[in-house]
This record gives sequence, C-alpha cells and structure tokens, in this order.
Amino acid sequence: MSRTRGPRTVWRALPSPRFPLTCWPWRSVGYLISGALAGAVVLVVTVTGAVVGGALSVVLIGLPLLALLALTGIPVAALERRRLGLMGPVPAPDPHRRPAEPGLRSWAACRFRERATWWELGYALLFAVVLWPLDALAVTVCTAVPLAMLSTPVLMEVYGDGSEFRVVKLWTVTTWPEAFAAAACGLVLLLLGSYALGALAGARAELTRLLLTPGPAGPDERVMELARSRVRLVDAFEAERRRIERDLHDGAQQRIVALTMMLGLARLDAPPGPLADQLTRAHEEAGKALAELRELIHGIHPQVLADYGLQAAVADAAERSVIPVGLDVELPGRLPEAVEAAAYFVVCEALANVARHSGASRAEVRGGHRGGRLFLEIHDDGRGGASTSGGGSGLTGLADRVSVLDGRLALFSPAGGPTRLRVEIPCEWTDRSA
Amino acid sequence: MDRSLRVVLAEDSVLLREGLTGLLGRFGHEVVAAVGDAEALVAAVAEHGPDIVVTDVRMPPGFQDEGLHAAVRLRESRPTLPVLVLSQYVQRAYAADLLDSGDGSGVGYLLKDRVGQIEEFIDALREVADGGTVVDPEVVRQLLRRRRDPLERLTAREREVLALVAQGRSNGAVARELVVSEAAVGKHIGNILAKLDLPPADETHRRVLAVLTFLRS
Repeated sequence: MSRTRGPRTVWRALPSPRFPLTCWPWRSVGYLISGALAGAVVLVVTVTGAVVGGALSVVLIGLPLLALLALTGIPVAALERRRLGLMGPVPAPDPHRRPAEPGLRSWAACRFRERATWWELGYALLFAVVLWPLDALAVTVCTAVPLAMLSTPVLMEVYGDGSEFRVVKLWTVTTWPEAFAAAACGLVLLLLGSYALGALAGARAELTRLLLTPGPAGPDERVMELARSRVRLVDAFEAERRRIERDLHDGAQQRIVALTMMLGLARLDAPPGPLADQLTRAHEEAGKALAELRELIHGIHPQVLADYGLQAAVADAAERSVIPVGLDVELPGRLPEAVEAAAYFVVCEALANVARHSGASRAEVRGGHRGGRLFLEIHDDGRGGASTSGGGSGLTGLADRVSVLDGRLALFSPAGGPTRLRVEIPCEWTDRSA
Repeated sequence: MDRSLRVVLAEDSVLLREGLTGLLGRFGHEVVAAVGDAEALVAAVAEHGPDIVVTDVRMPPGFQDEGLHAAVRLRESRPTLPVLVLSQYVQRAYAADLLDSGDGSGVGYLLKDRVGQIEEFIDALREVADGGTVVDPEVVRQLLRRRRDPLERLTAREREVLALVAQGRSNGAVARELVVSEAAVGKHIGNILAKLDLPPADETHRRVLAVLTFLRS
C-alpha cells in the first residue's frame, strides 16, 4: 500500500522533512534487525557445520557435509534477495541456471559449476562475519540510544528513585529538568537517527544488491550457456551425420556392391537373349544406384576428411568442381574435427555456388593457419552480387556453424564481381595420428 | 596367360567377402585366406605368401583407412608384393599413398563398384599381379579434368590414351577400345612420354611414371 502511495525508495524519501513519519524508518529498522538476526544464525550454522564437517572428515562422512556447506550461500542469498523487497521494489533476479536434467545429481553439478554459487558463498561469509554485527550496531546506535534518552524521566522514576539516573550509562542526571532535557535530546536524536537508519539501511541494501544480483557477469554466463548448448547441438548434428554415413556405408552400399557382383556373374552365365538383355539393364541400374549412393555418402561426410584432413579434403572438393579451381592451401597437420568439418563444408558450398550462380570461369582457394587461426579464402572471377542473407544460399547455415566455433565468415561480392569469401576460425593443431 | 593366382582377401563385410571368394574361384583363382581386419591381413600374408593381396580401405577397428595402411606397410617390407585396393571412394590421396609405396608397379586402386564389372575386375587383378599399375577410371577422369599443369600439352586423344594406360590396359587393349591400330597407340604413347619429359628407358616403367605424373603433379 505505502509502496504505491509514498516514495518508492528510501533514497527518494530521505530528503523530505516528513521522512520520520513515513514507513521508511520502520522498514529500515525491520531490514536491519532481520539482517542482524539472520546473520547471527548464518554464523552459528556455518561455524557449527565447519567444525563438525572438519572433525568428521577424518572418517570421510564430513566431506559431503563440507561440500554441502559450500552451498550455504544459495539459501542465504535467496533470503537476502527476498529481504531486499523491504527496501524497495527493484527486482533482484536469481542468477542461477535451471539444471539441464531433473534430479539432485544434475542440480549439484550445475550449482558447483556456476560462478554465482561461489559469489554467494563469499557473500554468506561476509554476512556472517562482518555485515550482521554492523546491522546490529546501526540499529542499536540509531534507535536504542535515543529511545533510552527519551525515556530518561521514566527510568529515573522507576530505577533511580526519582533523584538520580545515569543516562546511557555515560552521564548522570540528578534533577527533573535535566532528565527532561535528556529526553528532548533523545527525541531529537531519534528523529535524526531515523534519517541515519534510512541511509544506512539503504546503503546496506545497495551493497547486497550489488553483490548478489547478476551484474555484467550474469548475462555473460547466460550467453556462454547458450553458446555451449549451440556447440552441443552442432556436435550432436555432426555425430548423427557420421552415424548415417557409417550405416549407409556398412549397410546399403555393401549390399548393392554384392548385388552388382551377382548381377555381373549372372550376365556372364546367361545365354544371349531377352534374359541377358534384362540382366544387363538391371546390372547397369544397380551400378547407377551405387554411384548415386557413393556421391550421397560423400556429401554427408567425406571419408578423406577423417583420414587425411582438411588440405586433402579441400583438394578433393576442388577436383570435383566443374569449373577449374586453383589451390594454394598449406595445412601441414590436423585441426579439431569440428573446425575441419565446418571449413570443408564452407569450401564445398562456396565452390557449388561459384559453379551454379557466379558465371565464373575460374576459382581460387587459398588457405593456411596463422596466429592461432585457420583461414580460407575462396575467390572467383564471376559477376558478384552474392549474399549470405535471403533464401537459396546454404552459406547462412554455414556462417552459423562457423560462428559456433567463434569463427567468422565474410562475403565480399559487389555487383559485377569479383566475389571473395573468407572464413576464419580460431583453433590450434591437434595430434590426431589415428 | 590364365595362370591361377593365390589371393589373400581382406574385407570386413561378410557378404562381400563370400561374394568375392566365389567370384575369384569361378575364374580359377584361389583365395588362400579371407580375413576381416588389417592385422589379420598382415598375418595372413606372412603365412601364405600370396601372389596378390586384395583389400578394402576401411576396416575394423577404427573404420578409417586401416586396409590402405596395411597395404602400404606390406609393400614397404615386400615392394614386389602386388596389392589391389578396393575403395568405396574415388580419392586421389588414397591412390597416391598406394602408388608411392615401392615404385608404383604391381599396385591397383579400384572403386568397389568395379567388382560388378566382372571381367574388367578380373583383368585388373591379373594386370596388377603381373606388376602393372591400375588406377580407377574415375580417379583418372578427375585427374585429367583437373590436373592441367603438365598435361596441358597433351592432345585430347593423347589424354584418352593415357587414361586407358592408367587403367592398366595394354597397347592392344587401348587400340581396341579406341578403334585404332596398335601402331597408332604406340605412337601416341611415345608422344605422351616425350611431352611429359620421360626419356626413353625401360618401356613398362615409363608407362607407370606417366601415370604417376597425374597423381603427383
């Protein structure tokens, strides 16, 4: 209710002369007191946990307990985010990711890998050791002391027999005027204290917000998670390609080879006549099916890429091209599989586009590895005007695949030509002799 | 001419292994050992000392180019051992590896498809066993299309002749194929050798070198 009517944050309320009459001093006190109590509990729990866990670690039971203790920050941070609501409506989002799978194991694996978990543990320790005593001190100084002074006349009557009382155990009042003067001072201090409390609680809330809400690190982590899931997808896609290739190669292809062999033998045995003619036709058809299947398998995942690496595979792609392709590719080693595959398919797609759309009479493939990057460049002398956007171009999908590897694909194709396609992928040589 | 060959066969697909054994047997050749992986191939060759080895490229355990590697290793220890490699792929890199072993004679690199062309396959087998070089027409076609550099000087007809020579044909077979006289083929081959800077020496060896020129240029 008051949130909608009054100022929305303590900072906006503070400059107002009506501040002591708003809800904010009460909220501030509530925030600080609950902080002091929660912090004390956290201190007790963590110290107990650490002592018990440390003692039991001798018999190994303590180790899981200590591991559990490392997760203390998570409930503490959740509570702290909730308490922030007392100090204003600014949302404090939870930086934790959802675990990839349900189940305790996946949850723990996810939490232990997150940076937020360790930040929160740090916050919990800071909270238990430094912050809650400060909360308690602030409340004590700003409310208990002025209240004590305010109640001097009453206290003098009750405990000092109406003749003497030590205000806040510091100085002694002996007369009623002095006692009421002290009470007046207490009232003034209480009013001033409400401002101080508001400021302290506000600052304390800001500190918590700063430490516990995802700053620039939060989105980063999410982007990284997205990138990781994309890499996983591409890997799965690549594995599936290989499985299909293997299945076709070991299954269908072998059977058709056996079939052509049988048909070939049958042809030799058949006496001339319509049967021999039909066998001949069947034999030819089987041969064509085999050739088509071979091309299909090659397109799915060329074996030469796995066996001999990118340089040989690019040379192979260049030899298959219908227009002449000059080659200047120097890659004396093997690169990570995903990089080789992405680069190879870029070259294939580029050469296919050159042949199909560019009207070029000649293309050139250059490539190498320098400064921790693989680069490949495909030029042609065609009419240009190619684009990675829009339908029909398989380059868009390939650009995505390259970007998953942190690489870049750039296309320069002014109308009238020439066209230059460049792909760069950061990577290092790998030792893949098998 | 039709001597019976003792063959060691390496092929992991049981279907094809049986089929090839039957096929070779039908033409009077004896498969002395039919094995399913590269290690067994090396062992079988050591045991039987065959006239020729016929092997698949891709075999267990890695299903990469184990068969080819085994063939190259066998040729290193016995450079005169004829080896015919059957591949599912047209790949210059495979063919080049094979031809680089020894001096490139007594080797063959064929697409598996060719097995279906029964008579051509048997001819190729015999050619390799006799120390010839047989490269799959598909590989040769790619090379002729792409490898312009040293071959640019050849005429279209000379390229055709070279393609057939690379497939292991004799002059007589080339003449029949192109429907010209054997003397004309001899003249073409002389021109090819001259244009490829292969000075006169042992005739068969120069033919092999001419084929290798495609593969290594």
